[in-house]
Amino acid sequence: MTRASQKSLKVKNLSAIIDGKKILNSVNLEILAGQITVLMGPNGSGKSTLSNVLMGQPGLGKITGITSWKNKNILKLEPWQRARLGLFLAFQYPYEVPGVNFYEFLLTAYQAKYGKNGSQSDFDQRLQKGLKDLSLPEKFLSRGLNEGFSGGEKKKAEILQLHVLRPEIAILDETDSGLDIDALKIIAKNIKQLAVKEKIGFLVITHYQRLLDYLNSNRVYVLHDGQMVESGGRVLIKKIETQGYNWLTKKN
Amino acid sequence: MAKKPTIKIDQKKYTFKDPLDYVFKVKKGLNRQVVETIVKQHHEPAWMLEKRLAALKIFFHKKMPGWGADLSEINFDEIIYYWRSTDSQTNSWQKVPKKIKKTFDKLGVPQAERKFLAGVGAQYESEVIYHNLKKQWTDAGVVFCDMSEAPKLYPELVKKYFGTVIPAGDNKFAALNTAVWSGGSFIYVPKGVKVDLPLQAYFRINAPSMGQFERTLIIADEGSSVHYIEGCTAPIYSKDSLHSAVVELIALPNSKIRYTTIQNWSQNVYNLVTKRAIAYKNAVVEWVDGNLGSKVTMKYPSVILKEEGAVADILSVAFAGKNQHQDTGAKVTHLASNTASKIVSKSISKDGGRTSYRGLVRVSPKAKNCKVKVSCDALLLDKRSRTDTYPTMEVGNKNVSVEHEATVSKISEDQLYYLQSRGLNLQEAEKMIVAGFMDVFAKELPLEYAVELNRLIAMEMEGAVG
Repeated sequence: MTRASQKSLKVKNLSAIIDGKKILNSVNLEILAGQITVLMGPNGSGKSTLSNVLMGQPGLGKITGITSWKNKNILKLEPWQRARLGLFLAFQYPYEVPGVNFYEFLLTAYQAKYGKNGSQSDFDQRLQKGLKDLSLPEKFLSRGLNEGFSGGEKKKAEILQLHVLRPEIAILDETDSGLDIDALKIIAKNIKQLAVKEKIGFLVITHYQRLLDYLNSNRVYVLHDGQMVESGGRVLIKKIETQGYNWLTKKN
Repeated sequence: MAKKPTIKIDQKKYTFKDPLDYVFKVKKGLNRQVVETIVKQHHEPAWMLEKRLAALKIFFHKKMPGWGADLSEINFDEIIYYWRSTDSQTNSWQKVPKKIKKTFDKLGVPQAERKFLAGVGAQYESEVIYHNLKKQWTDAGVVFCDMSEAPKLYPELVKKYFGTVIPAGDNKFAALNTAVWSGGSFIYVPKGVKVDLPLQAYFRINAPSMGQFERTLIIADEGSSVHYIEGCTAPIYSKDSLHSAVVELIALPNSKIRYTTIQNWSQNVYNLVTKRAIAYKNAVVEWVDGNLGSKVTMKYPSVILKEEGAVADILSVAFAGKNQHQDTGAKVTHLASNTASKIVSKSISKDGGRTSYRGLVRVSPKAKNCKVKVSCDALLLDKRSRTDTYPTMEVGNKNVSVEHEATVSKISEDQLYYLQSRGLNLQEAEKMIVAGFMDVFAKELPLEYAVELNRLIAMEMEGAVG
C-alpha cells in the first residue's frame, strides 16, 4: 500500500491558546492507520493538551488549524461525534463515574457507536477477548466505572474499552505511567496486536522509553514548549533516553 | 441487537386517565357529614367515628406548618374527600371490572404479580379493589387487607395500634388524614413469620381535585419480618390534587420491616405524607423512599428507636424538575442505649427545580453508646436549580458516635467529557451520570422497580427539553 492511499489523521498548523497562553504552536502530526506513532516530550510540553484538542474537550480554549480525518476537518465536532467517527482517547487519569456499572457503560458506548450495525454477540466477543488479553477477571465488569480502581486497573479498563469500541485512531495519553512491569508488558502486547489485527492507528504519548521497548513504533515525534521540534525514526527514542530533552532546548 | 439499557418511554403510559364514572362521591369540602358518610360506607365501628371526629376538630384548629414548602395554594374547600369506584372487594383478577383492569394493564400490575410478588393490593381511587395474598402467607396467619376493612375485621389490633405512632395532633395533615382516611393497607405479620417476598400495593390518583388519604398500618410481631412496597404513577390533571397519607409501622422486638416507596405523582399534586415507625428491642426498620414528580412533596420518614439494640436505616431520594419542590429528609429519635441509625439522602435538581434536605436526629441523654450516621448528597444539573440542607442534630450525651457529611455537586464537566469521548451524546452522558448517582437507591429495589425507576428518571431527563 502506498502512503498516499493509506488512511491517516493529519494535523496541520494546530494551535491552542488557553487562558491567554499559547500551549500548542503550529503543530503538525500524522497518525497512520495500523501503525504506532510515538509522541514524546518533557512535562508541560503540551502533550496532554494535544490529545484533548484532538478528542475535542469542550471549553478548552481557542483552537485553530486543521485536523483532517476521513476528508473532514473534525476540529468543530463534539467529542461524541469524533468518537463515532472512530477516534478514541485513553485518558492519563480516567475519570470515576460512581454508580455507573462498567458493563452497562461498555454496552451503552458500543451501542452508541455501532447502532444497528452492532450485535450482542459481536459485543460479547470483543469483551471476552479484551478481558482475556488483559488478564482481567469477569467480575471486574460488575464494578462502578473506574470507581475505586487502582491506577493499573484504570489503565487496563481504558484498553478494555478500546477492545470493545475498536476505534480507528487511538491516542494513549501516558497509559504507561503508574504501571508495574507485568501490566506494562500486557498493555504493550495488546497495543501491538490491535494495531496489526484491527488496523488501529496509535498515537502513544509517553515520557519514557520503557513502554516503547515493547512496541514497534514507526515514527517518533517530540513536542517541546508546544512545538513539534523533532520527528524521526526509533533512533530518536535512544537519543532521548541517553541525553534527555536538554539538547532540544539548546537547539531552539 | 440487544435492548438499550435506557428504555424509550411512551409518555402516554403515565398520563392516561379513565372517564370519570364513579359509583359514589361526596360533595366538595370538609365537614362532619363527610366523615360520617365515610364511616357509613366502610361500616366502621363507633370508636373509629369518634377518632375521626376528634381528628376533624384538631384539623380545623391546627395551623398550617410554618416551615418547609409553600402550601398556600391548597384550598381545602375545593377538594373532594371521598370517592368510591366499585361496590365490592374482589380477590380474583377475573372479577375486577373491565375498565379498571385496563387501567392496571397499562400500569403493568398483573404482570408484576405473576412475576414475583407475594400479594397485590392495588388502590383505585379511595378503595382497594383488587386484593390477593398468596395462600401460604394467609395460612401462616399474615394479614394483608384494605385498611378500610381492618377496623371491622381486626378490631383489637386496629384499636390497639391505630394512631399510636402518629396521633391526630401530630400535624395538620395527620389530623386531616385521621379524619377522612380511606383505603391504604393493613398488614399484620404474626410472631416468627418471615415474609420473604415483598408485598406490593399500587396507588393512583385518577380524578381532578381529588384528595387521596390512604392510611397504612403495619405491625410486625416479635421475630417476624416483612417488606412492603408501594409504587405510584399518577395521570396529569389541570387542577391541584392533594395526597396526604399516614403510614404507621410497629416493629416489635427482633422484627424487621422494610417499607419501599417510589412515588411519581403528576406535577400538580401536593404530596404531604407523615411516615413514622416505632422500633422495639433489636428491631430493624428500613425506609426506602423515592420521590419523583408532584408539585410539592413534604415527607420525612421517621423512626423512634424505643428500646435497646433497635436500628433505623433510611434511604431517601428526590428528583425535582421544573416547578417542583421536593422537601424531604428523615427523622430519628434515639430513646434507648445501643441503638443505631443511618440516613442516606440523595437529591437531584434540574430546570429550576428545588430540593431540600431536612433532617433531625435526636439522641436522648439516657441513650448511651449510640451510633448515628448521616450523609446527604445533592446534585445540581444547572444554575437555575436550587438545593438546601437543613440538618439538625440534638445529641443529649457524649457517649455517641456521630458521623455527618453533606455534599452539593454539579454534574462534572470531566465526567461528561469522558463519557462523550466514548460516543455518548451530551444527553445520554447526563442521563448516565444521574442514573449512577441514584444507583445506591436503585440497588435497594427489586429488579422490576429498579427498571421502572430508570424509566422514570429517563423521562424526567427527557421531559426537561424545551
